[in-house]
Amino acid sequence: MADKARIQEAVKAQGEVVRRLKADKASKEQIDEEVAKLLELKAQLGGDDGKQTFVLKTAKGTRDYNPKQMAIREKVFNTIVSCFKRHGAETIDTPVFELKETLTGKYGEDSKLIYDLKDQGGELLSLRYDLTVPFARYLAMNKITNIKRYHIAKVYRRDNPAMTRGRYREFYQCDFDIAGQYDPMIPDAECLKIVYEILSELDLGDFHIKVNDRRILDGMFAVCGVPDEKFRTICSTVDKLDKMLWEDVKNEMVKEKGLTEEAADQIGEYVSMQGGMDLAERLLHDPKLSQSKQACAGLTDMKQLFSYLQLFQITDKVVFDLSLARGLDYYTGVIYEAVLCQTLQAPTPAPAEQNGAVSGEEGGVSVGSVAGGGRYDGLVGMFDPKGRKVPCVGVSIGIERIFSIMEQKAELSAEKVRTTETQVLVASAQKNLLEERLRLTAELWNAGIKAELLYKKNPKLLTQLQHCEETGIPLVAILGEQELKDGVVKVRNVATREEVDVSRAELVEEIKKRTSES
Amino acid sequence: MATLGLTCVHLCAGLMGRRAASSLRSLRCVSGMTVSQIDEEVAKLLELKAQLGGDDGKQTFVLKTAKGTRDYNPKQMAIREKVFNTIVSCFKRHGAETIDTPVFELKETLTGKYGEDSKLIYDLKDQGGELLSLRYDLTVPFARYLAMNKITNIKRYHIAKVYRRDNPAMTRGRYREFYQCDFDIAGQYDPMIPDAECLKIVYEILSELDLGDFHIKVNDRRILDGMFAVCGVPDEKFRTICSTVDKLDKMLWEDVKNEMVKEKGLTEEAADQIGEYVSMQGGMDLAERLLHDPKLSQSKQACAGLTDMKQLFSYLQLFQITDKVVFDLSLARGLDYYTGVIYEAVLCQTLQAPTPAPAEQNGAVSGEEGGVSVGSVAGKCPAWGRKQSCQQRRCAPQKLKFWWPQHRRTFWKRDSG
Repeated sequence: MADKARIQEAVKAQGEVVRRLKADKASKEQIDEEVAKLLELKAQLGGDDGKQTFVLKTAKGTRDYNPKQMAIREKVFNTIVSCFKRHGAETIDTPVFELKETLTGKYGEDSKLIYDLKDQGGELLSLRYDLTVPFARYLAMNKITNIKRYHIAKVYRRDNPAMTRGRYREFYQCDFDIAGQYDPMIPDAECLKIVYEILSELDLGDFHIKVNDRRILDGMFAVCGVPDEKFRTICSTVDKLDKMLWEDVKNEMVKEKGLTEEAADQIGEYVSMQGGMDLAERLLHDPKLSQSKQACAGLTDMKQLFSYLQLFQITDKVVFDLSLARGLDYYTGVIYEAVLCQTLQAPTPAPAEQNGAVSGEEGGVSVGSVAGGGRYDGLVGMFDPKGRKVPCVGVSIGIERIFSIMEQKAELSAEKVRTTETQVLVASAQKNLLEERLRLTAELWNAGIKAELLYKKNPKLLTQLQHCEETGIPLVAILGEQELKDGVVKVRNVATREEVDVSRAELVEEIKKRTSES
Repeated sequence: MATLGLTCVHLCAGLMGRRAASSLRSLRCVSGMTVSQIDEEVAKLLELKAQLGGDDGKQTFVLKTAKGTRDYNPKQMAIREKVFNTIVSCFKRHGAETIDTPVFELKETLTGKYGEDSKLIYDLKDQGGELLSLRYDLTVPFARYLAMNKITNIKRYHIAKVYRRDNPAMTRGRYREFYQCDFDIAGQYDPMIPDAECLKIVYEILSELDLGDFHIKVNDRRILDGMFAVCGVPDEKFRTICSTVDKLDKMLWEDVKNEMVKEKGLTEEAADQIGEYVSMQGGMDLAERLLHDPKLSQSKQACAGLTDMKQLFSYLQLFQITDKVVFDLSLARGLDYYTGVIYEAVLCQTLQAPTPAPAEQNGAVSGEEGGVSVGSVAGKCPAWGRKQSCQQRRCAPQKLKFWWPQHRRTFWKRDSG
């Protein structure tokens, strides 16, 4: 035993040596030599121990979901999926990894964040980075031109933790897209209605949805004198308006991006504008902006969009906001972003947004952002061998952000989150009643009632009641010798402690009645 | 294979590349072309493609999923959702909670857990961080989860995809990404109660899924080992004789006996004795009878197993499921892994299917082959005595696995001979 402890110490020490050498970038031979020593020491510990040791960690940037988190997650998914279904969407699923070549060249600079699989002699593979490229591949593979689909699945990004504290490397994305050539703005309006419904039903507090249009932005930059080649970079500066004050944003535009102060001021006037259909109308008559054909097209569509939103009765929470400038490498028309108005007091900083998008979209969105999307007409066409255009409009729901908000809410609220749905615990008040418990529990299961019993021959009544309180089971069906003789079961309400004798024949009915009331 | 390659070339070629592609195609059609000739033409093709310019070159799409994986279209998703709902409702009816774990684990977490099958694990590329591997099953992650959170008692289900680099030549139609659906009860409890509940759950699920008639075979490792011992099988041959017995659902007794005697070196007498036992099926009555069997009762192990089997059947009677449960001494699967009760559910009818059934893709730790009866749809129930490293505590999880019909498959009737 002592020997083993000594070797374990030596292993630790040698491990340190190796680690330090690697950090100091020592020569390969040196490192190899010390590693060999380390492996030799480990071998001395003997086969079995080495094998059976469990490393008690998940991979960096990943985490397990415990039953509480799964219960919250299920609730959120149900709400979201119900809404998608209400709007006639179907769903697909794709593999967790794609051929490396499928993902190559689609994410720009972000490509370095892709997880590759080891070359083990077969095809080169990578874990999916988002759900959009797999979607485009699916459409092209199956020659689909029209589909309304949602897809909820995990994606993988090797984010550098130093840059983005709290960001996960494995996280859920929840995408909804309408692909196909349609009359303008109708599907776009439906997307917004869906966002509105989901955020309302999730009860996350007050929210609003900002909308803008890439053509309006580009047109605005043009008439303000921004050189074409600076469009994208000025855009990303404007995008910072939700985090920085105008003075600092203007500063960046002038000092760092080389814009004239005049141009910056003109931009400043526009991006401070917010409104509804009225704003779109006003801008269509704006002397400067109306000179841009692009901007006019965008503004006309914006008016159309708002007329539909009025019919959908959601204009109370939708704002045409000229400062919205996100993900523009990607979108070709309408863009939108849903933001929560309140910020909940959180003990830990919120993980940076991880809304899916193709390269160009930073994580730099306002902390309250819970959904984002827009129209991207050019993407799928790039993937089709014949270059067939498949216009798309869609939205990505920031589901990880929603999870953490719901988890915080659950923590702060007095109500416990249940991890099971059991309605009744079948208990015994005396010894030697296991058979009766088994028999009754099976009856309840056969009647579709969610029931449990303790896996003990002779459990104490108190233990059984405690199990109910701990796990939130609302009812207990107590069997006792006298009750059995009388042909009844004692039904106890855990919360109120009220007990009532119910005849065996009516028990199922009674339980169903009580559990449907709650 | 060649045609597929040609199709890919065709799809990937841009307008100008198409001409080069046809010349390439005609080359490949002619047998005996040298590698260097082909390389030369490929080089010309690539050069042409390069001329198309950066964007087009990058944007070309390979319209395939990775080998062994597939998309689920909306129809398949609708079916999948229905199946999941039925199964999850049943788990919830029995008070189970669920967890989820990451798709990849630290490589060291999976190392040494799967024996020979380790070569089937997908590794992630070393990109400067931790070494990672895709999960091979849901059991090792479960064990890690329990240990990490110091959990001793839990009733959990977990439905998720797992990854295995199966060699397609060996196992036609097998997927490399596929769903596993595990249900486990971990914790120290009075014997056979959780085991019985597992069987009740299998019964409920298979009934509700309306797959046709089924039955569940149960046996016990201790009974099998005891039987081998009293039949004169040397200790070191237990496992190998076991895997031969396991073939009874696919082979006739004569061939199984042959393998035992000719290949595994058993005496004919021992083989015959085994033959008598493994042909036995029954219920509680069989367990009772065997407890008084002059030979078998000499084995303490077997007696312990048989006593528990009687207890199990008494509970199954109370659960009203004995109409479909059979104590079957020929059930001998996955025994490297299990320490007590084992069971397997089998569909009785064969559905007419257009494509051959993919081989079973049941998750299990090393030692368990895919060699289970093709009609098998659900797992077995061990008493897991394996010690958790940092805890030195005995967990006794009851394990229930569901295997996914990947698509409609051919089952063939169990040979009555």
